[in-house]
Amino acid sequence: MFYREAGDFKTSYPADAATFPIAFDRWRYFLVIGFAFLVVPFIINDYWEKAILLPFLIYALAAIGLNILTGYCGQVSLGTGGFMACGAFACYKLMTAFPDLNIFFIILLSGGITACVGLLFGLPSLRIKGFYLAVATLAAQFFLVWLFNKVPWFYNYSATGQITAPERTIFGVAVTGPESPAWATYLFCLVFVFVFAWVARNLTRGRNGREWMAIRDMDIAAEIIGVNPLKAKLTAFAVSSFYVGLAGALFFSVYLGAAEVGEAFNIDKSFLVLFMIIIGGLGSIFGSFVGAAFMVLLPVLLKNTLVGSLGWPSDLAQHLQLLIVGLLIVGFLIVEPHGLAQLWRLAKEKLRLWPFPH
Amino acid sequence: MKDMGQGFVTPDGRRIGGPVMEVKNITLRFGGVTALSDISFDIREGEVRAIIGPNGAGKSSMLNVINGFYHPQEGEVWFRGQKRGPMKPHQIAHQGIARTFQNIALFKGMSTLDNIMSGRLTKMKASMFSQAYWFGAAEREETEHREAVERIIDFLEIQAIRKTPVGRLPYGLQKRVELGRALAAEPSLLLLDEPMAGMNVEEKEDMSRFILDVNDEFGTTIALIEHDMGVVMDISDRVVVLDYGRKIGDGPPDEVRNDQAVIDAYLGVPHE
Repeated sequence: MFYREAGDFKTSYPADAATFPIAFDRWRYFLVIGFAFLVVPFIINDYWEKAILLPFLIYALAAIGLNILTGYCGQVSLGTGGFMACGAFACYKLMTAFPDLNIFFIILLSGGITACVGLLFGLPSLRIKGFYLAVATLAAQFFLVWLFNKVPWFYNYSATGQITAPERTIFGVAVTGPESPAWATYLFCLVFVFVFAWVARNLTRGRNGREWMAIRDMDIAAEIIGVNPLKAKLTAFAVSSFYVGLAGALFFSVYLGAAEVGEAFNIDKSFLVLFMIIIGGLGSIFGSFVGAAFMVLLPVLLKNTLVGSLGWPSDLAQHLQLLIVGLLIVGFLIVEPHGLAQLWRLAKEKLRLWPFPH
Repeated sequence: MKDMGQGFVTPDGRRIGGPVMEVKNITLRFGGVTALSDISFDIREGEVRAIIGPNGAGKSSMLNVINGFYHPQEGEVWFRGQKRGPMKPHQIAHQGIARTFQNIALFKGMSTLDNIMSGRLTKMKASMFSQAYWFGAAEREETEHREAVERIIDFLEIQAIRKTPVGRLPYGLQKRVELGRALAAEPSLLLLDEPMAGMNVEEKEDMSRFILDVNDEFGTTIALIEHDMGVVMDISDRVVVLDYGRKIGDGPPDEVRNDQAVIDAYLGVPHE
């Protein structure tokens, strides 16, 4: 009843193009942001931090990155894990080489380095499309993981081949390393996600976003209206890799603390993030969040209900999880390729007319 | 009609200027097939130029040569008095040539508004960093172009479908949105590939009116391919006729209509 556009008149073009044109949406959004920044840090505990909130935030960032490339620009990528590894190793090398540099800038620089690497692996996209490009990005995945495994310089010649994040502080509070408090790591990731989700929204609604979507929807027509396919695809690869690199750096330094490349950033990661954007919604920033939440929460939920409440063996629960995810992917691809975000959009459209749909 | 070198005045009193686009001795081959052989004609400032011919005559190939999808083996393309080197389609778009397609080539995932806004991409300059921040330069630019796009939406009478995804629109409206996208670039030369294909009489009348209004109000030079002879004879100033990749006629509609070679091509006299 209160979810209405009627009476909410737009008197300027910026107001008409706002992210949340409906007042109720806007207030709900501010409420969620306010809750995330002002309430959660006071009630967070280690379990919520490690099991749910950090992975959710970090995967959301990676999913936004992949969504820019795949959902907005239409270039399928299976190299997400490799690019996350790239961000993680860039972060590690920078942390150890410049111990005095603030971790905030280190994370940003790691994103920048990953963007350059992504640009390089984006070059084949100018010649090949679809499945063939997917295979080319798969090569990026395996090559990068192999590289970080084989060249000891990347892991500072440590005996185990592992990389471990030293403790770094912001305003005197540790955000990496084993001693960092839950609220600090949470807030640190939240700031990145908040800022860069907003940036992604801005990029996708303006000139760049339209160029990407034009390439995705019909590349010939895009060229005819003056889009340079080379520039559009490479900027998509660079921006996307920047996001994935940020996510990789945060994943390693803040969340894991120590990582072994073949284990933390293998092909499973690429598929996981791809599933997130398919289930969440291709071409939607909101969908990236929903997809990340879904894929992070599903195993936790299954474990709690099946193993915790019903007493099933945990390996059965794990296999059931694979089964459910697989079914959902097939289901979404057939029924609703735009994912949960589209279902949400349809629900809102219905709600706007409720209870008088005609 | 007088003084072909410097331009002429149409029967309804519009002044037609000098040539905007000249194609000279274009020959285009695909392997052993010659799609266009030795075609020359010009398109003059402010005119509506029709390209007609039976199926497979090479009309669409001609447009593809003009906007850079095909690169002819022989011949030259002159635009605004300058010989054009080998250019990519997106560079040609920046020179002020826009086009629509025979099969609608809209961006299906976007709304009508976004589709037409994307027609103005050649005019948008805000850097990536100012777009990431949005407030300031990027938002100002967006608003400025939105105003221009709203004028086109008014002109084409599609206000009601502004926010509708184009995939949901009926065929006739999609054609109109595509015209809107081409107009948004404020082209000096507009190429229309069968703008009225598959339309009913009413939709054809609407589209003809829009084409004439575009030509009249914005002074846009238009080259169009069309199969409906009634429409072609009514709205075009000069007609070029292609058949089997050769030019068989060129001139004002009345002249072309009575040309024996053109009649033969359409009525099917065996080729020697």
